[in-house]
Amino acid sequence: MAEEVKKIKVTIDNITIDVPMGTTILQAARMIGGDVVPPAMCYYSKLQGSGGKCRTCLVEVSKGSEADPRPMPKLVASCRTGVMDGMEVKNMTSPRVEDARNGVVEFLLLNHPLDCPICDQAGECHLQDLGYEHGKEGTRYEFKRRTFDKHDLGPYIQLHMTRCILCYRCVYTADQLTDKRVHGVLSRGDHSEIATHIEKSLDNNFIGNVIDVCPVGALTDKTFRFKNRVWFTKPMSAHRDCKCCSGKVTLWQRGEDVLRVTARKDQWGEVEEWICNECRFEKKNTADWIIEGPTQVNRHSVISQGHYEHVLKPTETFSAVHGGRKPKLLMDIHSVSEVNDPSVDLSLINGSATGEVFNHPTKTQE
Amino acid sequence: MASLTTRSKVLEQTPLNLMERLYLPSIFKGMAITFSHIFKKKATISYPEEQRPFSPVFRGLHVLNRDEDGRENCTACGLCAVSCPAEAITMEAAERQPNEEHLYREEKYAAKYEINMLRCIFCGLCEEACPKDAIYLSETFAPSNFTRKGFIYSKDQLLIPDPNTEKEKYQVAKGLREVHKKNKK
Repeated sequence: MAEEVKKIKVTIDNITIDVPMGTTILQAARMIGGDVVPPAMCYYSKLQGSGGKCRTCLVEVSKGSEADPRPMPKLVASCRTGVMDGMEVKNMTSPRVEDARNGVVEFLLLNHPLDCPICDQAGECHLQDLGYEHGKEGTRYEFKRRTFDKHDLGPYIQLHMTRCILCYRCVYTADQLTDKRVHGVLSRGDHSEIATHIEKSLDNNFIGNVIDVCPVGALTDKTFRFKNRVWFTKPMSAHRDCKCCSGKVTLWQRGEDVLRVTARKDQWGEVEEWICNECRFEKKNTADWIIEGPTQVNRHSVISQGHYEHVLKPTETFSAVHGGRKPKLLMDIHSVSEVNDPSVDLSLINGSATGEVFNHPTKTQE
Repeated sequence: MASLTTRSKVLEQTPLNLMERLYLPSIFKGMAITFSHIFKKKATISYPEEQRPFSPVFRGLHVLNRDEDGRENCTACGLCAVSCPAEAITMEAAERQPNEEHLYREEKYAAKYEINMLRCIFCGLCEEACPKDAIYLSETFAPSNFTRKGFIYSKDQLLIPDPNTEKEKYQVAKGLREVHKKNKK
């Protein structure tokens, strides 16, 4: 290496690490990993200029640096504060931080509709996780929650402005990933809203990535809308030969149907590589993809429920004992059950399913 | 060999005396006890003419609830299915259309909802998990059936009757639930 980057020492929750100059506290904490990492709703390491909006990553700096050991008077946003040599940071160990974070979560949830039972993001929602960890049981807010006029963002992306926490991630994504910006924040304060200034369909080829960066359910995949709950689909790593993107994705399958395609996410919930709209919205056949295997899901995540790993299936001994005769099937579940009907392929429906999709008359009455 | 416990007792068998060898006194004693039961309160009831009341915490057949306007509460959030230890509940969600607002309370609803009563263990975790008060366990048994098919309960068997058009049936289905709720308070 031609240039030696100067390393400085930083201590976070009594764990010391050497980091290069110019690292933020949040990045340093992520280098340590584990429980000392402050949660981040708006900061996204792959988007330039992101961070500093949501205040969930507040930490206490108990010693400014070796040269100036005074503590910082206020809690600082760790995603925007660079580390100094000899800095000491308290995250989990500080009751002030805990208290402030609880307050921030309460503020974030003030106008949030809490319609998790309907929301497609439930199960992989960062706000849900945050609320579960730091939230209060009930709300103290007595007024009407804000509502917005509905904006149509085209056939692929569904915008629920009421769920938005104004993290600006999607705005940065639209700015930095796509050629022309058609997406921004209008109005101020409580009335701020994400919109496409001229209510035009967003036709950039990478605009689908705003769905992945959204920490809440404000921007969701219209082609997956209400198809299934996230935790009932199984994530599979897959790839395909794509002209415009890496083609490395996670397929969310139900049986053999591909209900949803997302980019692969790392342990911080950030996408590894951006994927194009074609991969995300158009390729809903298993045959389009080369499947690598099941994606590793954190054991504590709801998504891992019902995914039985390393199961030893006993071998079927019946036919061996009965001279090759197959066991008689007493009841085919599809002859009675109308759920998971093999003749209904949800992945081929554009947009959400309606009642008619399931009430088709092809079913033979017995 | 060392004994496994310090509390073991050595039983000493003494030979039976005359009274014991006769057996008859013991037999009459036992008969007297049996005879006395004729005059005691009967432990059984003549089901089905007579029926025992269910306990307030009895968990029976599931009911899918409606709100006071007769709209279905269920929004197909899948929490009952995910909490179900027997994996008995399955569902299929659909989006409410503009002309269906009087049928479903939320934007999303369960187009299909099935409970496999052969799998169900009536633990009541679905009722506990439901955020919309949409499913509860009532005070009835799942009736017996000759085929397995009869135990896959779909929405038309599970849904509570409409409180506006079929008031009496709705009250019957609600059962003593409201009364118990009041008593709790």
